[in-house]
Amino acid sequence: MSYISLSDKDKKEMLARIGISSMDELLISVPDHIKLKKSLRLLPPLSEPELVRHFQELGDKNSYSHYLSFLGAGSYDHFIPAVVDYLSSRGEFVSPYTPYQAEVSQGTLQIMFEFQTLICQLTGLDIANASLYEGATAAAEAVLMAHRLKEKPKVLVARSLHPQYREVIKTYVCNLPIKAEELDCASDGGLDLDDLKKKLAEGVSGVVVQSPNFFGAGEDLRAAAELAHSHQALFIVVVAEAASLGLFQAPGILGADIVTGEAQSFGLPPSFGGPFLGFMACAKEFVRQLPGRIAGQTVDVEGKRGFVLTLATREQHIRRERATSNICTNQALCALRATVFLETLGQEGLKELAWQNVQKANYALGKLTGLKGVRRKFSRPVFNEFVCEFPKDWDGIHRSLKKKGIVGGLGLGELYPELRNCALFCVTEVHRKEDIDRLVQAVEEALR
Amino acid sequence: MIREPLIFEISAKGKRGFSFPRLDVPAENDVLRGLPLRDGIEGFPQVSEIEVTRHFTRLSQTNHCIDIGFYPLGSCTMKYNPKLNEKIAALPAFASAHPLADADLVQGNLEILKTLEESLCEMTGMDAFTLQPAAGAHGELTGMMLIRACLTDRGNPRRFVLIPDSAHGTNPSSAHICGYNVREVKSNENGTIDVDSLAREMTDDVAALMVTNPNTLGIFEADICAISEIVHKKGGFIYMDGANMNALTGIARPREMLVDVIHLNLHKTFSTPHGGGGPGAGPVGVRKTLEPYLPVPVIGKKAGRYVLDFNRPKTIGRVRSFYGNFLVIVRALAYILTLGAEGLREMSEIAVLNANYIRKSLEGEYHLKYTCPTLHECVFSDKFQKEFGVQNIDIAKRLIDYGVHPPTMSFPLIVHGALMIEPTETESRRDLDMFIEAMKQIAREARENPELLKSAPHLSYVRRLDETRAARAPVLRWEPVSEAEK
Repeated sequence: MSYISLSDKDKKEMLARIGISSMDELLISVPDHIKLKKSLRLLPPLSEPELVRHFQELGDKNSYSHYLSFLGAGSYDHFIPAVVDYLSSRGEFVSPYTPYQAEVSQGTLQIMFEFQTLICQLTGLDIANASLYEGATAAAEAVLMAHRLKEKPKVLVARSLHPQYREVIKTYVCNLPIKAEELDCASDGGLDLDDLKKKLAEGVSGVVVQSPNFFGAGEDLRAAAELAHSHQALFIVVVAEAASLGLFQAPGILGADIVTGEAQSFGLPPSFGGPFLGFMACAKEFVRQLPGRIAGQTVDVEGKRGFVLTLATREQHIRRERATSNICTNQALCALRATVFLETLGQEGLKELAWQNVQKANYALGKLTGLKGVRRKFSRPVFNEFVCEFPKDWDGIHRSLKKKGIVGGLGLGELYPELRNCALFCVTEVHRKEDIDRLVQAVEEALR
Repeated sequence: MIREPLIFEISAKGKRGFSFPRLDVPAENDVLRGLPLRDGIEGFPQVSEIEVTRHFTRLSQTNHCIDIGFYPLGSCTMKYNPKLNEKIAALPAFASAHPLADADLVQGNLEILKTLEESLCEMTGMDAFTLQPAAGAHGELTGMMLIRACLTDRGNPRRFVLIPDSAHGTNPSSAHICGYNVREVKSNENGTIDVDSLAREMTDDVAALMVTNPNTLGIFEADICAISEIVHKKGGFIYMDGANMNALTGIARPREMLVDVIHLNLHKTFSTPHGGGGPGAGPVGVRKTLEPYLPVPVIGKKAGRYVLDFNRPKTIGRVRSFYGNFLVIVRALAYILTLGAEGLREMSEIAVLNANYIRKSLEGEYHLKYTCPTLHECVFSDKFQKEFGVQNIDIAKRLIDYGVHPPTMSFPLIVHGALMIEPTETESRRDLDMFIEAMKQIAREARENPELLKSAPHLSYVRRLDETRAARAPVLRWEPVSEAEK
């Protein structure tokens, strides 16, 4: 099966129109010594029923979905209203390209414009782009943007930024005249503001802080922003759990110049890590340095409102090596899902979502730390993730939980050697009270 | 036609489209004490579910898409997106898997990743693949980082990257973000790389040549082996932009072209939907020399089980979180398993046949700057129509009135007023003929009634939009209208 629509007669007539008699003649420009002499060694083709069965069997090799899971750390389980899947599966949204021809792409463009508006409202900033790949590369793009704006060699990156995001920033800057330096974590789980003060000497383009941070804790963004600004550095806030924006004050209001991160929580399933949805917003004066596509409002020749891709002189297809980013294809359909999700939940729904996450996580935190020997590691208030310290090695507890059908938290010992015997738990609105109680009981049994 | 308002304009306080279960744990009001919280979100929409449904359904009806009609957007490979692959990607075992689950709980997913890697190795002749890059440009950056890491290891990352003037804009941009300066290589009168000038440009300070093959004109770089040898002799690498592999799959492999690194676009060659601009996936394949530098994690196999290997001392590090756009990868594998070796070869052959059929049918009506044989796409220009004051944009916009998506415009840069047409293999003869007839009709209109083109489109949801105004006085978000302004 190759989804071809030509009959044998069509092929023959078409070759005749071209003025040749065989397919081989069509490929005359490919030198013979390069041409494949035999056919590719691939699995024999499968029919639709065979293919479905094949993938069902592959799916059956994933036992994860049978477990009660409390994993978060950059990928979150939230309810997805049916309307999100339904509307985002429409061929009119799934099968067009980037809306280069605005007159036949108004649906995609208006939704991009609405998405940008929603991101601005959530982050408290003036301008947002139409999406980036995912949170980690978005954070790296923010670092590059800060460097373009300030041209100072250093960026400061909080140790409590998602470890994978820090790794990606490192990969991106190592070929450029930018040095990423780490900011310590204070004993309450937040950014060490004294360390920030110390490292904010001359030569810092930007300060990157995640909130809620990797440990689930809300940061004191206002204090960090003031420090950054007092040294002419840009303040970049990374939001990896976008659901927190339903309740936490908008980072832009607290002094962020750039807010970037991951919006997977808005209607995208965990999907084994992708496709996700990077986003970025910034203050108005920085718009010319913003990476990625942007939709803008305009009018047609009759004066009617319409939308187009705009400010393209920032982009690679016009500016080539001087572009703000190399990004071309982004995550448009993921942004559309987020737009349906946010517009369906609305003001009240998003707040309720965030509130339930806070309540359930704090209930779980209270119950777990009620167990003998289990400690709340950090005192800062948390959104839907928290760190517990256990009286013994986490791996043993993890194995014991798995036997009971539970994927507990994420052990932190490898990522943060100072957090040996610690694990990061994520509790969202998808967890019922009895799920949490089951986890707590299993941990209690594992500790006996 | 009803003008669909912005959602914010139909919002009214108190409405919502989703309800949550009642909170089943005791509420504690002071758990966030000390953190600044928000008191609502200014202007955030409040609508019912039916309002959301109608909003998006009506907006969808203003889009052209492959499911509706012909979409010959050159270099984008707008082929049919099989519905079967959507069904498979939505299976809960794939969509609900957490990326940090222990490897023993996600063996099926790891097998999918490994199988696609191996299939792409076979198709390209590369020795290893990473599936992590999220799109073509991300693949380019990853590939260039691999080259840089290897050269740095050898003692000197070098300073320059050579890129033909016909290349896509992402190539120079990716090289730049990887810390390289770009030197442009001029195309010759055939639209391909000039071997002599390449030999002159290729110095000990050049890290790589980035080459698209077939190039953006649809022309196969027939001297590719000689070119590769020149670059290799000076210790440089060949980076192939595989965006156009829809022309070559099963016909020729980058390995035999002496390519060192290649990225593929799963959303082009392997039929995964473009989604209005993504998500895509841009896997990168390498020869043995570059394998140690691949981003982590690498999918390995140990005692019959798939594992994630982080112990890679020479790795460039992570290029994104987790493992790639997994659900895009699932779709691409489903496509490859459906087609098989013969189907993939047929795919490329018919893509070339369709493009040449269009080219032959429109020769004479539209100017063809480069007349040598082309593969999966052809690039005409507006040169003949310019005589009547008509430009490529006018032709493109008039095509909309005929129910066809316009070709890619103004690219590649070496063809002034370009119209780049890529039909792909999935189009029927009827659709190809309808397009050809529309193009001929438009060529007639250009001669007889150029105003009709200059004021096109006439039949679309909106008429021609003012892009200059959008850029000069940017309105990039909706703002509430205050009472006073009303």
